Amino acid sequence: MASTDTKRPAGDRDAQDGGDLAGLEAGLDALESVQQGRKPFRQTFVEKILPPAVAVLLVLAVWQALVSFEIVDDPTKLPAPSDVWDVLHQAWLQGELLGYIWTSVSRGLLGFCFALLIGTPLGLLVARVKFVRAAIGPILSGLQSLPSVAWVPPAVIWLGLNNSMMYAVILLGAVPSIANGLVSGVDQVSPIFLRAGRTLGATGLKGTWHIVLPAALPGYVAGLKQGWAFSWRSLMAAEIIASFPDLGVGLGQLLENGRNASDMAMVFEAILLILVVGIAIDLLIFSPLERWVLRSRGLLVKG
Amino acid sequence: MATTTTLAKAAEGTEPAAYAARIEHVSKSFAGPAGQQLVLDDITLDVAPGEFVTLLGASGCGKSTLLNLVAGLDKPSAGGISTDGRPALMFQEHALFPWLTAGKNIELALRLRGVPKSERRDKAEELLELVRLKGAYGKRVHELSGGMRQRVAMARALAQESKLLLMDEPFAALDAITRDVLHDELTRIWRETKVSVLFVTHNVREAVRLAERVVLLSSRPGRVAREWTVGIPQPRRIEDTAVAELSVEITEELRGEIRRHGQH
Repeated sequence: MASTDTKRPAGDRDAQDGGDLAGLEAGLDALESVQQGRKPFRQTFVEKILPPAVAVLLVLAVWQALVSFEIVDDPTKLPAPSDVWDVLHQAWLQGELLGYIWTSVSRGLLGFCFALLIGTPLGLLVARVKFVRAAIGPILSGLQSLPSVAWVPPAVIWLGLNNSMMYAVILLGAVPSIANGLVSGVDQVSPIFLRAGRTLGATGLKGTWHIVLPAALPGYVAGLKQGWAFSWRSLMAAEIIASFPDLGVGLGQLLENGRNASDMAMVFEAILLILVVGIAIDLLIFSPLERWVLRSRGLLVKG
Repeated sequence: MATTTTLAKAAEGTEPAAYAARIEHVSKSFAGPAGQQLVLDDITLDVAPGEFVTLLGASGCGKSTLLNLVAGLDKPSAGGISTDGRPALMFQEHALFPWLTAGKNIELALRLRGVPKSERRDKAEELLELVRLKGAYGKRVHELSGGMRQRVAMARALAQESKLLLMDEPFAALDAITRDVLHDELTRIWRETKVSVLFVTHNVREAVRLAERVVLLSSRPGRVAREWTVGIPQPRRIEDTAVAELSVEITEELRGEIRRHGQH
């Protein structure tokens, strides 16, 4: 603006300002806004899907080579990939495969949901109440490093060989992860959000509901992810140690059955299924959840 | 010493309060490494309804502390503060909640004020229009530029419909062009809404550009050093000669205040 403008009467400038300012602002907004688009599928395929597929194929090739070139020629130690495939295929044809998977997955997810119901309020209590934090905070972190397989013997003695014992082991494995995730999520909430919340009138329970919980969501979701991994591992430990015909055959029992029958193909089948199911649940439920939470806050670094 | 913090709720339909904020003999000290440290010393200041006051001072003058006291985020060690209702507060950081869209940020403020659900959406759109961000309702915070974020923050603060808007260096982190534009916006909105503003800054020109009254605080401890009434008609420009002249005078005074601290 030229300096002569300063001599204009105020009213004149008022009128001129209105249009000028709106235009100037629109320009600034357009210049500074972040443009975001989704990547094309081809790029996602090349960057995200192709590399792990290549890695898996490589492992299979090495495995097949070990058997084909008779480097390991004892099928009771290392079955051929095709043998494992046959066992899988057979189980599928007999309609047992989905049964194994469902027995374990339903236990795992149900146990995880219980862990969620207990871990969330527990985490909130530890995060927000000083006395509770001092009292059980360290124990809760310590429990995370205790392998949950250690809980199987006492759980069997207390509850017997049944599903409740499985759930108990899952809970003991997953609750600390979920609670700790929420605690660290709450601890990382930026103080500026709490101050802003207070000036808006979000105090006490309102503050917890509208500010603290949503702000802590990224940490909480990370805790859920870890909680699922712990649930799944605990369940497998429980199924392997406490296999009992009446409990139905889950993936852990399948592994144990394979060992008892000295059937290496069956053992490999079980291990593969445990791995694949664990990864699949993470990829289908927890990773998308985490990505959605981070992306909606602009916390996901692209590139 | 007696400490009083009162929220004088002006009931609807009754006489409006004679002030938007009344700060009376307020002192504040914090426990520091060398014992109690006095940050604010006997501050007395009124903000009249509809008035625009800037609090100007060098770092360490406790201007942000004073603002926090007025906002009710902290309590004075002595003296009393009363405000006409709960004041709204804007920070240097936009402090928008990243898990909500721009519109939902505003709606949260409305919701916490008790506005019924059916009215919130319309009110939020109205407020966005006031800060000239029509169409930004569904935008996430990270998709907005710095200037847009501060405007949404302003809309959210206005959503509280407080009689008093407290601003803690809200434009300090913005580039010069954007800051200039936001000065114009703030002046326009202040004149449209007739809200009282208590604006903290260390930028003399900004203080003069915006305010009807500039209050200079001395540092360590913060005391009211001097006051100026700015008679230049609005809208002003930061490059106006009259703004520049008064800024020179105030800067001299501010430098004098700062120099005193080197003379030990």
